[in-house]
Amino acid sequence: MTTTAAPGADERTARKNGPGAASPGRRPGRLRRIGLPYLLLLPALLLELLVHLVPMVIGIVVSFKELTQFYIRDWGTAPWAGLDNYSLTVDFDAPVGEALLRSFLTTCLFTVLSVGLCWLLGVAAAVFMQETFRGRGILRTIFLVPYALPVYAAVITWAFMFQRDNGLVNHVLHDQLGLTDTPSFWLIGDNSFIALLVVSVWKGWPFAFLIVMAGLQNIPRDVYEAAALDGAGVWQQIRRITLPSLRPVNQVLVLVLFLWTFNDFNTPFVLFGKAAPEAADLISLHIYQSSFQTWNFGTGSAMSVLLLLFLLVVTGVYLWLTSRGRKAADA
Amino acid sequence: MPSPAVRQARSPMAAPQSFLWSRRIFLTLLTVFVLLPVYVMVSSSLKPLEDVSEKFAWIPSGLTVRPYFDIWETVPLADYFMNSLIVAGAATVCSVTIAVFAAYAVSRYSFRGRRVFTVTVLSTQMFPGILFLLPLFLIYVNIGNATGIALFGSRAGLVLTYLTFSLPFSIWMLIGYFDSVPRDLDEAAKVDGCGPLGALFRVIVPAAIPGIVAVAVYAFMTAWGEVLFASVMTDDTTRTLAVGLQGYSTQNDVYWNQIMAASLVVSLPVVAGFLLLQRYLVTGLTAGAVK
Amino acid sequence: MRRIRAAAVSAVTLSFAFTVAACGGGSSGTEGSNEQPRTLTYWASNQGASLEVDKKVLQPELDKFEKRTGIEVKLEVVPWGDLLNRILTATTSGQGPDVLNIGNTWSASLQSSGALLSWDAKNFEAIGGKDRFVESALGSTGVQGQDPAAVPLYSMAYALYYNKKMFADAGIEQPPTTWKELAETGRKLSEDGTWGLGAEGSNLSNNIHQVFVLAKQHGADFFTPDGKADFTSDGAVAAVKQYVGLMAKDKVIAPGNAEYAQNQSLSDFAKDKTAMVLWQTASATFASQGMNEDEWGVAPAPVQSGEPGLGRATNSMVAGINMAVFKNTKNIDGAKKFVKFMTSDEEQIILNKAYGSIPPAKAAQQDPAFDAPALAVLRDTLATSATALPQVPEESQFETVVGTAVKELFADAAAGRAVTTESVRAKLEKAQQQMPEK
Repeated sequence: MTTTAAPGADERTARKNGPGAASPGRRPGRLRRIGLPYLLLLPALLLELLVHLVPMVIGIVVSFKELTQFYIRDWGTAPWAGLDNYSLTVDFDAPVGEALLRSFLTTCLFTVLSVGLCWLLGVAAAVFMQETFRGRGILRTIFLVPYALPVYAAVITWAFMFQRDNGLVNHVLHDQLGLTDTPSFWLIGDNSFIALLVVSVWKGWPFAFLIVMAGLQNIPRDVYEAAALDGAGVWQQIRRITLPSLRPVNQVLVLVLFLWTFNDFNTPFVLFGKAAPEAADLISLHIYQSSFQTWNFGTGSAMSVLLLLFLLVVTGVYLWLTSRGRKAADA
Repeated sequence: MPSPAVRQARSPMAAPQSFLWSRRIFLTLLTVFVLLPVYVMVSSSLKPLEDVSEKFAWIPSGLTVRPYFDIWETVPLADYFMNSLIVAGAATVCSVTIAVFAAYAVSRYSFRGRRVFTVTVLSTQMFPGILFLLPLFLIYVNIGNATGIALFGSRAGLVLTYLTFSLPFSIWMLIGYFDSVPRDLDEAAKVDGCGPLGALFRVIVPAAIPGIVAVAVYAFMTAWGEVLFASVMTDDTTRTLAVGLQGYSTQNDVYWNQIMAASLVVSLPVVAGFLLLQRYLVTGLTAGAVK
Repeated sequence: MRRIRAAAVSAVTLSFAFTVAACGGGSSGTEGSNEQPRTLTYWASNQGASLEVDKKVLQPELDKFEKRTGIEVKLEVVPWGDLLNRILTATTSGQGPDVLNIGNTWSASLQSSGALLSWDAKNFEAIGGKDRFVESALGSTGVQGQDPAAVPLYSMAYALYYNKKMFADAGIEQPPTTWKELAETGRKLSEDGTWGLGAEGSNLSNNIHQVFVLAKQHGADFFTPDGKADFTSDGAVAAVKQYVGLMAKDKVIAPGNAEYAQNQSLSDFAKDKTAMVLWQTASATFASQGMNEDEWGVAPAPVQSGEPGLGRATNSMVAGINMAVFKNTKNIDGAKKFVKFMTSDEEQIILNKAYGSIPPAKAAQQDPAFDAPALAVLRDTLATSATALPQVPEESQFETVVGTAVKELFADAAAGRAVTTESVRAKLEKAQQQMPEK
């Protein structure tokens, strides 16, 4: 790449970030202005291509291949499977499809409950802590701890607490409070769903708290003062002012929580290991098992692609609905 | 340094008893819920191994700091620690820098493909990691074979991967934040002879520090805690903490007390950093994410 | 502008070029080369009390090897949780170690991927010949009738470990030799918070090992001779039902064991809470749990009746670790030398002693170190009454689906739900349908 003009500060930076992309020095100012935003975007774009988009394309290609252990050493030789992988995964009468469907429904229920509870706790805590009181700063710090802890450390501690014979949970519920006749299992069987939910909410609600707390700061103080003058009590102010003004925050918050929860792999993986109990068999772990444990990457990829399509549709519909609602509200 | 978040007292009126009591009860329960695992972590890390594989006891029968010494022997924790620091640190710096450029472009320029870019980048947020784990791994290996740049098994590969994990959210948040910085400021700077990037670094970035800190914290935490990709893409010399901690459950035994001690040790830097920066986080999010 | 678009296009093209290259896989068909004759990378499995312990055991031996051959061996001890995934990714990419340890039950599965060097007569000759190794260990190195994909390194077998103090307290003099006796003995020992037998209900591999042996005793197999999954034969159903029945019907296994997957049953044993465990080479673990060697005894694992032997009298699977060479190695001669070194009688004795396992090399087995009672039982079991798990490519899927079925049945039993022939058959039926069609 050759340039003749004396390079300016901006150009140096630009070139550092996108070598070979363009040589703005030779171009007249107008073109440089047009090119600049693309140059700025280039690193982000290239990385997204490399790490997300191209692998996704490969993933989609693989979903049409019969990629089992016999072919993993040489992908090119794996025979095309047409739609076989897909028809296998969506045949809900056969065990593979049935298991996928069950896992999908479990994940939906789990996501709804987890996002709902995270949101509820986050909003409640943020609203209660909107006003200053003694100890508020410390509480806020405490509440952010679960979010700050690395997933592995937090979840392994919960697994430790959920052990049937030696865990804290049964120690409290069974030994100390006497709520159950026999100690319950939390890491196997149906209760594992509850265990997973508890851990997920514990990890996730501080994020909702943080975002809502930030959102509340955008509400001007005089709105409350005006309401107070009108004779509205605290509860009424919360209902009439605080909650409605959180709507734009919620739109984003719920979407982000939804995507994170739905795709969560780390929590069930650390909590249950490689084979989650049926009741807590979240979709990402299910796909992991379908591809890595059984070495059938074609089927696993087909499941991932279906999952991706589902998430795209949900997100699209959600954004369309909420933005329509917003426009209607603005009008 | 920006001033701390402006506090808004909701009501000049005294809050009624019903409100105060609900608040007290709710916040107490929540605190217990939040702190329970933390207590278990701390107390178990101070128990001898025989005790942690016994029935749980609120008060440890005997205290020992042995686990805190043993953790460095059982697995090469110090090496893992360094790896995590390097990987997460580099991923954070790169992610934030790239996000600043991208967000600046989207916030300050109108150009063809702007919307496509934003939507595409944001939509990668919803990709199930499991879909591109193996393909990504293959791409890295092939880049390595073709160019000699070792991405697979190296810290560089992990840095690349992790920075793209936090990139979409970071870009999107910074767009929001940059939008809130008045345009007059950078126009004025340009009049003063700054180029577009001069305006970015002299005006917008300083004004957006809370947002950038928030993004950096997010990027760091994402990289610090990731398990799945690290378990496939690292080897002995580049293994990160999240994977390395699994070394405490071996063929023979699960060293619960050491797991707890090590978990605490590896959590401290993130938790401390996070809590120190929480002020920025709230201000950063206020202007960035929730506008 | 156009330039930029061109750049973007070329970037995309470049990425796709990688994609296409990726599809080509990382491997050629060749059997390794000798481009890098001075170094080797070795993935060892975690055999000792911790990764660091393994390094301490292995490093001096690797140094010895380097002194003799001038080849430096880079060691990585891979935790069990990661090992199979690491091998998979190495296989897919062609970028892996030169020499590696594999669980011997994975041999056929990995063999089918074609990534491992075949040990034909010529290669075996390079390490001293096939007949240096005991028959049972060779039985778990790949599909029968094909050249082995790996060489036996450490051998292990299941045995019945019993807690001498608990036996004495209950007035029991002899360890049980049949399942019937085991259930009776177990009932005597199951009272006041102590239990007769330990199990790892959530450990898929362990479940497989146990029900495989029981199936053999019921005259059944999980695969037909031509390699088709056959999980629902009467014998297989009876085997699974009998194993889970130890908790569900005989009540000699504590319900809590249903969630064990990390060797908690061994720590219960060491703490006098469980009187017996069926385990492979547990001595090192007991020692690390603070148990003295005279506090526990070891006896052959039980059979249905009579003496342990082959066929219906099988009382153990052939457990162990094999050593394999990646076809892609750039130091094929060095790799073979290294395998030869590690399987030499001298190293076999040192390493198996350190890990409490049995050397699969015949001559090394004769070393007096392996005459100690605890090891003699394992050695005899391996020699006379152990059978290799099915050597079929689908072995790892089998472990996953059937292991999970047993895990779920244990969960049922622990929750007090009945475990019947029908419920067992239904679970196994479901497991079988999840197997890839042939």
